Amino acid sequence: MKIEFQHRQSAHCESGVTSNLFFHHGVDISEAMAFGIGSGLFFGYVPFIRLNNLPLTTYRSATGGIIKRSARRLGIKIKRNRFRNPEKAMDALDRTLARGIPVGCQTGGYWLPYFPEAYRFHFNMHNLIVYGKDGDEYFVSDPIFADPVVISRKDLMKARFAKGALAPKGKMYYLIKFPAQMDFADAIVKGIKGVCRTMLKSPLPIIGVRGIRFLANQLEFWPDRLGKEKALLYLGQVVRMQEEIGTGGGGFRFMYAAFLQEAAGILGEARLLDISNRLTQTGDRWRDFAVMGARNCKGRASEDESYNAMAEIVRNCAELEESIFRDLYALAS
Amino acid sequence: MKKSNVPQDIGLAGRMSEISYAVNKNGRYELVQSYGWDPKTTSLKQAWKVIIEEIENVIKNVKAGKVSPLAYHMAKNQMNTGLLAKYTRISRWRVKRHLKPEVFNHLDPAILERYAGVFEITPEQLAQVPDSVDFSFFKNWK
Repeated sequence: MKIEFQHRQSAHCESGVTSNLFFHHGVDISEAMAFGIGSGLFFGYVPFIRLNNLPLTTYRSATGGIIKRSARRLGIKIKRNRFRNPEKAMDALDRTLARGIPVGCQTGGYWLPYFPEAYRFHFNMHNLIVYGKDGDEYFVSDPIFADPVVISRKDLMKARFAKGALAPKGKMYYLIKFPAQMDFADAIVKGIKGVCRTMLKSPLPIIGVRGIRFLANQLEFWPDRLGKEKALLYLGQVVRMQEEIGTGGGGFRFMYAAFLQEAAGILGEARLLDISNRLTQTGDRWRDFAVMGARNCKGRASEDESYNAMAEIVRNCAELEESIFRDLYALAS
Repeated sequence: MKKSNVPQDIGLAGRMSEISYAVNKNGRYELVQSYGWDPKTTSLKQAWKVIIEEIENVIKNVKAGKVSPLAYHMAKNQMNTGLLAKYTRISRWRVKRHLKPEVFNHLDPAILERYAGVFEITPEQLAQVPDSVDFSFFKNWK
């Protein structure tokens, strides 16, 4: 049994799953729009949470939030389940598929056999859509891949019950109820305000624009505090979080700028185009930082590509983003 | 990022392409396929280097009889005793004990089976350790 499902490749798994699931149910919404309405953009530098023994840097909001917020803001109802028992989790998936409903699943990327070996790490926040099964094989739309894939029951079960930090515990979700009318303009404004608040008004100094400045101030002293080798590992990890994990480039800044462009059309607000432009430039600055960081990691940095110079770029990003989100907040209020 | 600047540097995942957001000539955003970007491949390689060094270290220690082959498979699967304990439902201190060669050599076949199942290998393979790290993508990188 295979549900008629349109697979559209996306940059990021959660916003891609959101956009593709909504689209399946007749809500035409791009990945960038889902990311924007779901307030996906974020910044956090959290040295006390470790990933591969290195501090966590994140450019996106916590997992699960994008689909939750975008559904709520559009008035769509989601049914969510978690399970103790893997067999029961698979049975529940089968029953939902039999009703003709595609199902989102949270999985551990390490156990997905279609992942290239070089991308197989233990991260448990990978979202995908199951849209059918044939015997022991499941049809999967994994939004970060160009084409749909097929995966065995055994592998899917293992991925749904990956262990460790943020274990999915078989989490699955699907859409059950849609309002007669959706107010996109209202949802967009709420989404924008949400991002502005976290970026500008977080009480924690490690979140939002303050978090970006915090990273800059810390980064500057990494070589002195940690030694050269460890400093490079810290630096590489930031670059990786910014560019590697399905961000669409520039730590999700480009994707958000694309959302602002779309929002400008829907709201009929040309000033958003200007803000989108400025955010694109900020994304480019983040990429300048990545280039310099990578050159340091390769041992090919010139003298003016020091940690101080990198901290300066990050500080510049903080400054740009502060003014962007101030103006954006003023526009949305 | 301009569409014409979207990098196409093939990285460790070969010809797998991903989506980048870039601006076209008219200033509008488009979804553009990208094969990868050198700076991020650099950071990915860096992460792998740490893992691979760790595995090489463990291989040495297994060959020297300091730790059991289980330590190799654990490292190869990027696990620590805590994570392996969760997957096998064997308590952490027992997993730690099984890292000792003398304990590992007398392990119950049912326990070996459990470890092998998590790593998706046979119990016989669990006792084997290669001479060097054998990730396929690692061989091809410069």
